[in-house]
Amino acid sequence: MTKFWKRTYLTVIYAFLYAPIVVLIVFSFNEGKTRGSWDNFSLIWYQLLIEDAEILSAVKNTFFVAAVSTVVSTIIGSLGAIGISQYRKNLRNALLAVNQIPVMNPDIVIAVGLMVLYRSLGLDFGRLSLILSHIAFTVPYVVLSVLPKLKQMPQTLPEAAMDLGATPAQILWKVIIPYIKPGIFSGALMAFTLSVDDFVVSFFTTGHGVETISTLVFSMARRGINPEINALSALIFGTMLLLMLIMNLRTKSAE
Amino acid sequence: MKHFKNLSAPYVVWALIFIVVSLFMVIFYAFTGETGQFTTQHFVRFFSGSTLGTLFQSLKIALISTVICLIIGYPLAYIIAMSTSGRYRATAIMLIVIPMWMNFLLRTYAWVTILSKNGILNSLLRMVGLGPLDILYTDWAVVLGMVYNFLPFMILPIYTVLEKMDQGLIEAAADLGCNKVLTFVKVIFPLSLPGVVSGVAMVFIPAISTFEITALLGGNKTNLIGNVIEQQFTVTGDWHYGSAISVVLMLFLLVSLFFTDREERDKVHASASDMVDTHQDVAFPETNQQEVHYD
Amino acid sequence: MKKYGLKIVVAICLVAILCVTSSCSDKAQNEKNIVNIYNWGEYIDKDLLTKFEEETGVKVIYSNFNTNEDMYVKLKNGGSNYDVVVPSDYMIEKMSNEDMLRPINWKNVPNLKYVDREYLYHSYDPNQKYSAPFFWGTLGIVYNTTLVEDPVESWEILWNKKYERQIVMLDSSRDSIGIALALLGYSMNATDFDQLKEAEALLKEQYPLVYAYLVDQTKDIMINGEAALAVMYSGDAVEALSENEDLAYAIPLEGSNLWFDAMVIPANAQHPENAEKFINFMLAPENAAQNAEFIWYSIPSTAAKELLEEELQNSEVAYPPKKVLEKLEVFRDPGDMVKIYDDIWQEVKNQ
Repeated sequence: MTKFWKRTYLTVIYAFLYAPIVVLIVFSFNEGKTRGSWDNFSLIWYQLLIEDAEILSAVKNTFFVAAVSTVVSTIIGSLGAIGISQYRKNLRNALLAVNQIPVMNPDIVIAVGLMVLYRSLGLDFGRLSLILSHIAFTVPYVVLSVLPKLKQMPQTLPEAAMDLGATPAQILWKVIIPYIKPGIFSGALMAFTLSVDDFVVSFFTTGHGVETISTLVFSMARRGINPEINALSALIFGTMLLLMLIMNLRTKSAE
Repeated sequence: MKHFKNLSAPYVVWALIFIVVSLFMVIFYAFTGETGQFTTQHFVRFFSGSTLGTLFQSLKIALISTVICLIIGYPLAYIIAMSTSGRYRATAIMLIVIPMWMNFLLRTYAWVTILSKNGILNSLLRMVGLGPLDILYTDWAVVLGMVYNFLPFMILPIYTVLEKMDQGLIEAAADLGCNKVLTFVKVIFPLSLPGVVSGVAMVFIPAISTFEITALLGGNKTNLIGNVIEQQFTVTGDWHYGSAISVVLMLFLLVSLFFTDREERDKVHASASDMVDTHQDVAFPETNQQEVHYD
Repeated sequence: MKKYGLKIVVAICLVAILCVTSSCSDKAQNEKNIVNIYNWGEYIDKDLLTKFEEETGVKVIYSNFNTNEDMYVKLKNGGSNYDVVVPSDYMIEKMSNEDMLRPINWKNVPNLKYVDREYLYHSYDPNQKYSAPFFWGTLGIVYNTTLVEDPVESWEILWNKKYERQIVMLDSSRDSIGIALALLGYSMNATDFDQLKEAEALLKEQYPLVYAYLVDQTKDIMINGEAALAVMYSGDAVEALSENEDLAYAIPLEGSNLWFDAMVIPANAQHPENAEKFINFMLAPENAAQNAEFIWYSIPSTAAKELLEEELQNSEVAYPPKKVLEKLEVFRDPGDMVKIYDDIWQEVKNQ
């Protein structure tokens, strides 16, 4: 394969990946409502978006749910991983197999399971059920990203600390947690993004008008064209791009 | 060190309730009727009705999507991984990850604008004098939506394996007289298999169970197993039958995963957990969701 | 880079928690003063909700459903407490049969007086105990006159092979099966198994011709001229016709469905008094008219109708003449046969 063909191939695939994004962004500046035809440049959809209480509350819900579930699942998951690593092999393998279920199962089966569980518990569908569900499906990922770090940690490290007279609490805070910190961080980051991006689990376990961005987009899309959606996606994408640029610049300047 | 065992208590309780109990509730629902008595009628209904056909239809569409992802994704991963410039590789992979930052429903929804009868694609085709394509609300629109959404899940694991491949092996093969094609067939491809297996699983599982892509791009004409489950829970309200279909889907996936070689999978898991470390900051973790495994 | 990513996540977490806990504490104070509304998608002018909040001080929590069946499942399976729901006729009948509704205290809803007598005491609520009319309309065919040459007089045109992949059907079991039944010459409320099976065969035969089964998106497709024929509710039809001159609306000769959507209070509503306040608010002529101008559906109140723009008032699509209305049939609750309806619909779409 010549360089030319490689480049062409990459370009075609990237065009495929970026086409919908370009379309969304371009049409967010279109005055008209009809899809596929350009009328006039306008910021009207952005203005309507800012005034749209439904969308704003969905954005707020999304980040609130993600924030709470990230904090809780990082704590539960990290402590869980520390404990599991001390278990006997059989018990540990059994727990890890259980942990694997939500990772390998299709989203829809997890969602249905939670829905049935809440109904049997008599729990109302709403913000609380949403948060519980998000914690439920993010915890396994936190465990999975902390465990490898624990495995890397030499067993002699906590033992040495103990010999030097450290209390268990001190060992935990001063030795173990600093060592596995990168794992905890990447677990938290993973939990956060999984939560923000989730649609299926939220769709089944929310209620009472508590919408996240994903569930709102889904119901809006089923209701018909609404260019406010385009404006929202352009804003989200722009923000992400900006964050990335800032991060890049700061790492560069740090170097 | 034994003190720390107790720390996992909240996790164990949590996993018991939200993973084990919820799973058993689904199985319980699947085997009971409305009054709570034991029954297998839901399974009888599933295997004797047209919903079984839906399962095969889902299998077909998911397989087509997975194969297309592999055919498109492998060369892409290969081209990127074989580049000698580290900077080029990082940028190229980054460009694949960036679109995933935008909500996937939004991106899928945008395809409606592109594919509709008077949409952008057809306007472009008309300009060059080609007939209109009627893709939206067909099975092919659904396949396109799946390929679009899941392609990165195929590319990333294959790329990781290829990138870590020992260049010495390739050189050795060349020294021993292999031409490029033979090197690829005998050395590179077999070594990249773990990545392929992982990619296939990561595309196939969401593809066979999706209901949102079909809902947006299939116009409710393409009914897949995920749609049937969703409808049982939201429209028809027969949670027992819906649970039974979920159980069938779960078993079906379990069986298909069984056929992927256990050893191969373990290898992937090892390399993939490395990937989490190397690409965490670039690849938003979602990309790694099914590959982080502790072994 | 990882470090900054994490810092950002931590910052977002903190801000989000702060924002919501502060707004939660507001909410806690007003917890009692809310009304939980569950309505069809695109079925209300959101400005009216703000107006209601300002007038009464009651906070509105608003959510949407897609079809009557969605709504019913959500209410039936628990985990949901709504105060005002807006189902259609046959669903109201079903829900009142199943004791899912709470009688409205009409003393708190004086504005019922603005509703015309002909929209009250209907078969679905014979004692006018549970429901307050919201909108009404018909079911018909919207067609694009530039694409359809044949006269649109019968449901049969939806089975014409000439219009392959140019036909949009409704993604709703009652409406679609009802159309097939009407074409076969049966009642749209048929509960006879063989008649329903015939309807199923007919719908299966139609499947390859159908472009998509949709509800609210149909409007956009027709306005964009992307399909020739579509089954639509009259209100959506009025809006589509006003946006695209080529479109026309027809109620087939075999007869069609006349429907009523009404506000009801579920039996387990937690804020029934606020629900009554809301119902009363929506029945006030100026509010009903404002909503009708936004949504384009037909209002069951002459007092409100007189406030509408001339053009909408005189629209024959929205307000068909009496002799057309006489031929139409209102859906009834099919009782246990609803399972057969569901199965048929599933079978049709499973192809």
